[in-house]
Amino acid sequence: MHELAVTESLLQVVLRHARAGGASKVVSVGLRIGEVSDLVDEWVQRYFDHLSRGTIAEGAVIRIERSPAMFRCGACGHSFPADPRTREEIRCALCASEETALVSGREYLVQQIEVI
Amino acid sequence: MVEIRLIEVREEILAENQQEAGDIRAELRRRGVYMLNLMSSPGSGKTSLILRTLRELKNTFRFAVIEGDIDAVVDAEKVVGEGIPAVQIRTGGACHLDAPMIAAALKELDLAALDCIIIENVGNLVCPAEFDTGAERKAVILSVPEGDDKPLKYPLIFSVCDLLVVNKIDYLEGSDFNPEALKERVLRLNPGMRILALSCRTGEGVSDWIRWLTDEISAFRKGMAGGPVKDR
Repeated sequence: MHELAVTESLLQVVLRHARAGGASKVVSVGLRIGEVSDLVDEWVQRYFDHLSRGTIAEGAVIRIERSPAMFRCGACGHSFPADPRTREEIRCALCASEETALVSGREYLVQQIEVI
Repeated sequence: MVEIRLIEVREEILAENQQEAGDIRAELRRRGVYMLNLMSSPGSGKTSLILRTLRELKNTFRFAVIEGDIDAVVDAEKVVGEGIPAVQIRTGGACHLDAPMIAAALKELDLAALDCIIIENVGNLVCPAEFDTGAERKAVILSVPEGDDKPLKYPLIFSVCDLLVVNKIDYLEGSDFNPEALKERVLRLNPGMRILALSCRTGEGVSDWIRWLTDEISAFRKGMAGGPVKDR
C-alpha cells in the first residue's frame, strides 16, 4: 500500500547518486529488501516507471533482492534463517532452544545503480 | 559502444524521511516534549485509549494529539472536547504518516506549552511501521477480536514497536485468542517489547498503561542534560 511513497523516496535517492556520478541515464536499480518488510515488487516497478518519466531514470529496471529473516539463539548464539510468519515455534537450528530473536530481515536499501 | 557503469549506493530507501525524523526527535528532546506514535488496525481502540489517557492524565501533563486517521474529524473533535489541542492531518487517503507530515503538524502546536504529544497514526498495520515519524517511542495496539495471529501476518510492526497494548481483554472469555501464543510470537520478533493487557471499556488494566506512560514521560524529562529548554 505504501509503495508509492516508498518509490518517490527511492527515485530521489537514485537521481541524487546518478547525478553525482555524472550519469546520463540510469539502466537499473538494485534494491535489497528484508523478508520482514512488506513491499510488492510489481508495484515498485510500475510506480517507478510513472514517477521517473522525463528524468534520467526513465526506463530503469528495478531488481529486488530479498534478504532472509535471520534469528539468533539466546542460548548458544547461533544465527539462522527462519520464517517469521510461521505458526510453529522457532527453535535454534543447532541447540533447539526456543529462546530465539529476530536480528535482521528489515533491510530497505538501495544497493547499487547501473548507469550510462 | 555504450559502457554501463556501476555506482555503489548503499543508502536507505527512506533516507530522507529518516533524516527529517531524526531532526524532529532532536528538536523535541531539546524542547522537552515526549512524542508517542500510536499505531493499530482501524477499530482496535486508538481513540478510546487516547481519550482515556487524557481524562486520567490531563492534570498531570500538558498533552496535544496529532490525528492522522483518514476519517479523523470525529476523533479530533472528541479530543478537543477534552480541552486538549489537536492537529488534524489531512492525509488525503494516504496509508501512513511520515516525518514531513509530522513536522508540518508540529508547527501548528505551541511546543513550549506541552509535555507530551500522542500521534494517532492511520489505522493500518502495514505502512505506518515503515515510516519513522520522529516520535520518541512507538506503540501498537492489538485488540482481542483481531486474533493472536497478527504478529505472523504483520511481523514488521511488531518488530519495530517498544510497547504492545492488548486491548478489549473483556472479549477474551469464550474466544480462542491465546495470550501466551501472542506473547511468544511477539517476543521472538522483538525481545525488548513491553506487553500490557487492558480494556478501555471496562477500565481493567488501564492503570498499568497510565503508569507506563507516566514513567516514560518522567524518565524522558529527567534524561535530558540540564533539563528541557523552554523558550518563554
